[in-house]
Amino acid sequence: MSSVQIRDVRKSFGNFEVLHGVSIPIEDGEFVVLVGPSGCGKSTLLRMLAGLENITSGTISIGDRVVNNVQPKERDIAMVFQNYALYPHMTVADNMGFSLKLRGAKPDEISNGVKRAAEILALTPLLERYPRQLSGGQRQRVAMGRAIVRDPQVFLFDEPLSNLDAKLRVAMRTEIKELHQRLKTTTVYVTHDQIEAMTMADKIVVMHDGIVEQMGTPLELYDTPANQFVAGFIGSPAMNFLKGKVKSNGSAGFEGPNGVKLPLKTAPANSEGQPAVYGVRPEHFTIADDGAEAEIVVVEPTGSETQVFAKLGGEQVVAVFRERHQFSPGDKVRLKPDPSLVHLFDETTGKRLNG
Amino acid sequence: MADIAIAPRRAKTEIREATAWDQLKHNPNWLGFWFMVPALAFLIFFLAYPLGLGIWLSFTDTRIGRVGAYVGTENYEWLWDDAIFWLSVFNTLLYTFVASAIKFGIGLYLALLLNENMPFKAMLRALVLIPFIVPTVLSALAFWWIFDSQFSIISWSLKQMGLITENINFLGDTTWARICVIFANIWRGVPFVAITLLAGLQTVSPSLYEAAILDGATSWQRFRFITYPLLTPIIAVVMTFSVLFTFTDFQLIWAMTRGGPVNATHLMATLSYQRAIIAGQLGEGAAIASAMIPFLLAAIMVSWFGLQRRKWQQGESND
Repeated sequence: MSSVQIRDVRKSFGNFEVLHGVSIPIEDGEFVVLVGPSGCGKSTLLRMLAGLENITSGTISIGDRVVNNVQPKERDIAMVFQNYALYPHMTVADNMGFSLKLRGAKPDEISNGVKRAAEILALTPLLERYPRQLSGGQRQRVAMGRAIVRDPQVFLFDEPLSNLDAKLRVAMRTEIKELHQRLKTTTVYVTHDQIEAMTMADKIVVMHDGIVEQMGTPLELYDTPANQFVAGFIGSPAMNFLKGKVKSNGSAGFEGPNGVKLPLKTAPANSEGQPAVYGVRPEHFTIADDGAEAEIVVVEPTGSETQVFAKLGGEQVVAVFRERHQFSPGDKVRLKPDPSLVHLFDETTGKRLNG
Repeated sequence: MADIAIAPRRAKTEIREATAWDQLKHNPNWLGFWFMVPALAFLIFFLAYPLGLGIWLSFTDTRIGRVGAYVGTENYEWLWDDAIFWLSVFNTLLYTFVASAIKFGIGLYLALLLNENMPFKAMLRALVLIPFIVPTVLSALAFWWIFDSQFSIISWSLKQMGLITENINFLGDTTWARICVIFANIWRGVPFVAITLLAGLQTVSPSLYEAAILDGATSWQRFRFITYPLLTPIIAVVMTFSVLFTFTDFQLIWAMTRGGPVNATHLMATLSYQRAIIAGQLGEGAAIASAMIPFLLAAIMVSWFGLQRRKWQQGESND
């Protein structure tokens, strides 16, 4: 196990720069998730960490050693690929023992290592099968087993769950998290799924267009997103954004589209009349007499909660209620955002304005 | 009125018994048979009939211009004691094994090379195909000149460099002639092997190589443990075809040496042609051609076992 330091790393393909100076400190034993939309450079960064891509500038160190010019096999890392990359002509046991075999380990050493990893992942009955004879989830576990056998300093996961069906994805998510709690190996995990990031990470790094938008624990990112991108990316359903300006009339307030009045706990200093974006999460709406009038468009009950799509000041917003209201399309309701939980962003830079 | 009302309205309600013809019309196998007929006719007329005729001819004493009579295995008995026939069998086996082995080696090497990222990759791939595109007779003629006893460019170059004082008699010396025709066959056959193996290489997922790199495999180990095992099914197909083509080769030999000198390059196909068409002994020629069948069947059997789906290629079985 060891820490990983990514310092001001840049990556260009020809003249095209895909990573514009990324710095991420990763502590020993930490589970870090790199999350972002496709094309944000997260997978490239992971591949640079693995040594599959060159580093254009900046440094990556694993432990105390700068690994920029260290061969992949010398870096003491193990990677789980999106398509698992299992060797189709080898049995599960051979797949898992391949790295040990290449290292020149003795046969009983290899079989012990494989057996130990197979027990951790409940793969023992499958050791003589070929990858083709396994289900998606089993292949996924074999890919992890191959990583565990090597007992590396760092685990790298490249979108490992995206080829699985929804139910299995949730199960594997828990399994990976449990595995990390057990082995305590430093892990870097790439995904485009913010739910995966939220549920698994000790630390989330939100990336967008080759830069780090924000780094922090899942709840930090949820509670105080640093900018509008992170606010929109983290959370499901996504945060509602309403354009308007700060307009305090005695108490702090916000004037949304078509003059809708929305509450603010405190207005940022010297912000009177400033154009801004008002952000409120769907789960932070309540029905209140002093709320803003909205017309219900669609109601989607999921059992545990109900998603309500409504027109607020002409803009569509989504609200989520745990309690059961009897709504039907066309109904008028009064939606009130919880003033202590709303977010305010700069209209042009997208930066967070309130504390 | 009453009668009509009581009479059962049988005509409309009764369902007609399906005749055998009706059942046949709706039988997918019967329909499928008719769809197969054109292809079947093609195969019968152009493959099965000539093959059957050839085998029949080998049991007759047919000559050009004269209908033969059935003579049993007389032609084969003749061949059994014919030293030239046995020489041609030896030549064919030598030619096939040496040429195929070298074609496989060079073809695999070229395929691996062309699968790497390098400048002008597309152009190099196209260049490799050239020997395959040129008509066989044309390339044979070119080789004929290259190996000519007087005007050979090889002899000329070596003389210019002062390495030899006299022309090498490439196609006049038995050993040299064999080397030359094998060389020409290799030159012509390598592109097929190289391009087909290249196609096979490209089906190997790059992430397997990446995984192997992370597992610590050197480039030789990646070839030995990943590329080669994954390529074996393609290798089986390519080498079967290569062996069949080489074994039945005719054009190259006929254009370059006509089987000479002293029958040193006579293959079974050229000997068959010489006996059947040039000498007019259709029966005997057919017997030589038919004698190739067991060898070809053996080659096909080998490939058939080679082509069996390997255990790792099989689907969701639980064995």
